Amino acid sequence: MSAPISPPPNQKIAVRCQGVTKTFGTGAAAFQALRGVDLEVRTGELLMLVGPSGCGKTTLISVIAGVLRRDGGTCSVFDHDYQTMTEQETTRFRGEHIGFVFQAFNLIPTLTAAENVSTPLVIKGMNRKPAVVEAREMLRKVGFDQRMEESSPQDLSGGQQQRVAIARALVHQPDLIVCDEPTSALDSETGHKVMELMRGLALASNRALIVVTHDARIYQFADRIARMEDGRITGIEIPQKPAAADSENSTPLKS
Amino acid sequence: MYYYALKMLIGDRAKYIGIIIGLTFASLLITQQSAIFAGVMSRTFSFLTDVGLPDIWVVDPQVQYIDDIKPLQDTKVIRIRGVTGVAWAVPLYKGSLRARLDNGTFQTCITIGLDDETLIGGPPRMLSGQISDLRRNDGVIVDDVGAKGKLARQGPNGTRIPLKVGDTLELNDHRVFVVGICKITETFQANPVIYTTYSRATTFAPQERKLLSFVIAKATAGEDSEVVCQRIREATGLMAYTPAKFKELTFYYYLKYTGMPINFLTAVALGFIVGITISGQTFYNFTLDNLRYFGTLKAMGTTNSTLLKMILLQALIVGAIGYGLGVGLASAWGALLSGRTQIAFFLPWQLLLITAAAVMFICLSAAALSIRKVMKLEPAVVFRS
Repeated sequence: MSAPISPPPNQKIAVRCQGVTKTFGTGAAAFQALRGVDLEVRTGELLMLVGPSGCGKTTLISVIAGVLRRDGGTCSVFDHDYQTMTEQETTRFRGEHIGFVFQAFNLIPTLTAAENVSTPLVIKGMNRKPAVVEAREMLRKVGFDQRMEESSPQDLSGGQQQRVAIARALVHQPDLIVCDEPTSALDSETGHKVMELMRGLALASNRALIVVTHDARIYQFADRIARMEDGRITGIEIPQKPAAADSENSTPLKS
Repeated sequence: MYYYALKMLIGDRAKYIGIIIGLTFASLLITQQSAIFAGVMSRTFSFLTDVGLPDIWVVDPQVQYIDDIKPLQDTKVIRIRGVTGVAWAVPLYKGSLRARLDNGTFQTCITIGLDDETLIGGPPRMLSGQISDLRRNDGVIVDDVGAKGKLARQGPNGTRIPLKVGDTLELNDHRVFVVGICKITETFQANPVIYTTYSRATTFAPQERKLLSFVIAKATAGEDSEVVCQRIREATGLMAYTPAKFKELTFYYYLKYTGMPINFLTAVALGFIVGITISGQTFYNFTLDNLRYFGTLKAMGTTNSTLLKMILLQALIVGAIGYGLGVGLASAWGALLSGRTQIAFFLPWQLLLITAAAVMFICLSAAALSIRKVMKLEPAVVFRS
């Protein structure tokens, strides 16, 4: 794998954030989670957001994914600014353009693996049966055991559940996928497999991926690593590949 | 998404069954208690139901309900016959007389005295004998519940031998012969009912200056019975009611002056509270348990209106199942006991609608809390582990 030194210039801008701020609470209890974040992500790029707990990583991907409103600055996703959209338009935009992978997978336990994967398609308006057929195809693409398609999430291993979650994030062909700690609940080997899968499918589809992680073992899969601290991006690095497996081997780009 | 909403609901077996049980219990209690109340209330005017032929009942103006007997003079019958539009009018006696049983105890019986000539006002269905047998000397007809129950004879081994045609009975110190057994609508007082002729009944009854309980009459063909009632009121100073009006008067008397409504309402309210508490709480907990998944669906692009419809569908489905089971159990209970006991159970379609409305109210109240929670849910919750 080769990593670009800066955002691939020939690629379309997927996310552009400038001076993004977000404060939780008011008065003495107010906590400023984002203090003016500048970030650009292009299609075909896998950007990792790293940093200590409470530095604002999750808040930033929440703002980028349109599940949380920012207080200040600008942030556009594929030239769409959530602040200019209604709540319903934002919800529909998420359904059309954004895929999610969560740390705890968030698979609905009473639905089968195939049904879980089909939900984004059903949300977009597709009928259930063809949606489940497409979901099965996507499950096969992510290497999910065909015999397990009708299994409940609780009958699956962590790695299998994450494959289902990845299939769910990809099935409706979103332009941007946001992942929150996708490997923290997995062992090293499964984590690597999951990241290989995500990287392969993301690049093949020419979409952007933003991955929030603490897991230094997967840094090598990033094109760029944005380091956050106290609500700000403090540096952007490119990891040394393919052998590098921790942040100490990464090269600072700018700060 | 609605199919998935149902799978989410049914998949959580414990809560699903808990909600259904709560709603079934509420529906059962509401339906059963309301049906017993309706049954008891319909028995208050069962005599009016059984005496089907007349369309006018004439009583003392002070009478407030069917069992509120304020006797009239016998001559009132003749005055009523003279009112324009009256085809016929006959006397009817109703009173309580004591029957002496074989073992020496006494049993109060409702005694009905029918017009000697026409025998109008007799029992609606004869099980043995004929109404005309009342013309036989000292003949009486006994209702089957009384014959098998409170008036039954004591057998040698303590068994009860039902009263039958040919048996004798001592009614207020007068020996009478059973000439027939009849089937009547159960009475509110649940005392045996004895039919005899008017002249015989007034002979058996303790002597008073006036003994005529009602004058029952029929309007001539083509005459509006309401109009004829009005004419009777004006001509005689007595009150004249159509059977429907007299039933209404009786029904509202019991509703207003007895403790029955509040007693039954308490039981119905209990069912309602149990439903709200168990089902509402369990449904709300079910939503709380699934909040993460509702948040996930919201983040993935499900609109608030779709989530609202999903929760409403879940509530309506458990409501429909709980209602169906509750009403079914109440109906089965009613059907099982109605033929074997004297339980009052009357389940008209209006009661089914009222129960349905109550159960739906419980479900929608529970859903409202859940909907509020989900509507206010920030989709960003999905990123909190």
